Amino acid sequence: MNDRTRETLETERALAHRVLAVVGWVLARSIAIISLLIAWEWLARSGTVTPFVLPKFTAVIERIWNDALAGDLLVNTGATLFRAIVGFVIAAISGVMLAMAMSRVAAVNWLFDPIISVGFPMPKVAFLPVVILWLGLYDVSKISMVVLDAIFPVVTATLVGIKGVEREVIWSARNMGAKDHELMWQIVLPAALPQIMTGLQVALPIALIVAIVTEMMMGGYGLGGGMMTASRFADSRGVFAGIVEIAVVGFCLVKGMAILRRRLLLWHQEAMEPSTV
Amino acid sequence: MKAALVRFLPLLLIALAWEIAPRIGLVSSLALPPLSAVLSAWFELLRDGDLLINGASSLYRGSVGLALAIVVGAALGVFMAWWRPVNAFLGPLVELFYPMPKSALIPVTVIWLGFGDGSKILLIFLGCMLPVTVGAFNGARSSEQVLVWSARSMGASRMRMLWDVVVPSAMPEMLNGIRTALALSFILLVSSELIVARQGFGYLIGSLGANGSYEAMFAVVLTVAFLGFAADRAYQLVMQRVLRWRQ
Repeated sequence: MNDRTRETLETERALAHRVLAVVGWVLARSIAIISLLIAWEWLARSGTVTPFVLPKFTAVIERIWNDALAGDLLVNTGATLFRAIVGFVIAAISGVMLAMAMSRVAAVNWLFDPIISVGFPMPKVAFLPVVILWLGLYDVSKISMVVLDAIFPVVTATLVGIKGVEREVIWSARNMGAKDHELMWQIVLPAALPQIMTGLQVALPIALIVAIVTEMMMGGYGLGGGMMTASRFADSRGVFAGIVEIAVVGFCLVKGMAILRRRLLLWHQEAMEPSTV
Repeated sequence: MKAALVRFLPLLLIALAWEIAPRIGLVSSLALPPLSAVLSAWFELLRDGDLLINGASSLYRGSVGLALAIVVGAALGVFMAWWRPVNAFLGPLVELFYPMPKSALIPVTVIWLGFGDGSKILLIFLGCMLPVTVGAFNGARSSEQVLVWSARSMGASRMRMLWDVVVPSAMPEMLNGIRTALALSFILLVSSELIVARQGFGYLIGSLGANGSYEAMFAVVLTVAFLGFAADRAYQLVMQRVLRWRQ
């Protein structure tokens, strides 16, 4: 019985230590962010700049709160997230598929290799007016723009990943009687997963950037559209509210992707390494 | 030569399809003007001077913004890796702003600096700085401890060590960061000019599209796409040259 109490005490103490460590870490990390916000508020109140150039942080938060109560925040965030994520998922799936096909079928590789290598570094946003001309102003054209921009990093990363799979692994799988599609799905894709995830991590912020730019261009619902409307009415609180909302959304999505990566790659040695930004 | 021809044949085929499809009425020539019409519109724009005037102003904005981003971003990243307190303070801020979709800054820079060059330069500077910073930081942090120690034991001063050991070892990752920044600068430049501008490639695309002169619009779109591609290729050549000492 004694042993048992000591054990629980020890686990409790260890838990308390960990909680303290986490709290301390969060505090240390947030000093810079809090002081930035305080500096913003102070600068806006001091009167060196007009409220149009820099509205008070508290006023911006109040504006976001009002938007949230009115339901605009939900509708706009939902619209932006819907476009960015649908486009991202389409780009992810078709990008991986395309790269798989390119790595297996010579003709597909011949057709797409120059298109990918020329298309990747191009600024695809320039095609936005063309896409508007073809597909109109609504979700289809916005999502197509997102796909067009986000697919390239996925394809190139997957190609690099597939090429980097060790020969020995493939040979032994073949030896043990794996068929072609089994080899692809059970050996090559998992082995290439770290690179694929890196490609997806590059593609996700691009998807958001493009979703917001298309909304700014075409108007309508969405965080970008909301910012543009506010900007047209010289409503600088609305613009700054938009930028805070977009920053939060971007941060959550990118962090979520990093967490997903760690989950999916638990078996991989990189999970042991410290993660960088 | 022949290998290159085979390799890039798909692009030629696309160009050919682009020429033929509108000519035989497969797609409306309003939606997709034939390639030859686009090319002649390009020469027209070149002769008018529209292309040069707008191109020069885009180039000016892009290069100034990018140069500022590279200088400030690289310095920031190296100092973050070099002095722990700087990292402790700035690290969380970088982590907060790095994933922010940079296009959100477009209306804000307009509020701060108006419709002209200033707002685009600021936008490109702010948007392109963080990839350079993160690259320089990761590179400088991973500089080999042995090199740092031996430099120190040979009596190198702190500044000398920074310049001779840390900066060169940060170079590869920093150059990769700059490549990301280069691609971003094109995206931000074109989209900000499409949305709010009175000059520049983006503005030209938007106004030609609004006038319904689609041949010319396609010509400018192709020009911008080509410039983005060429800039990336040229940068890769420079990068290889700079990193030749590594092997």
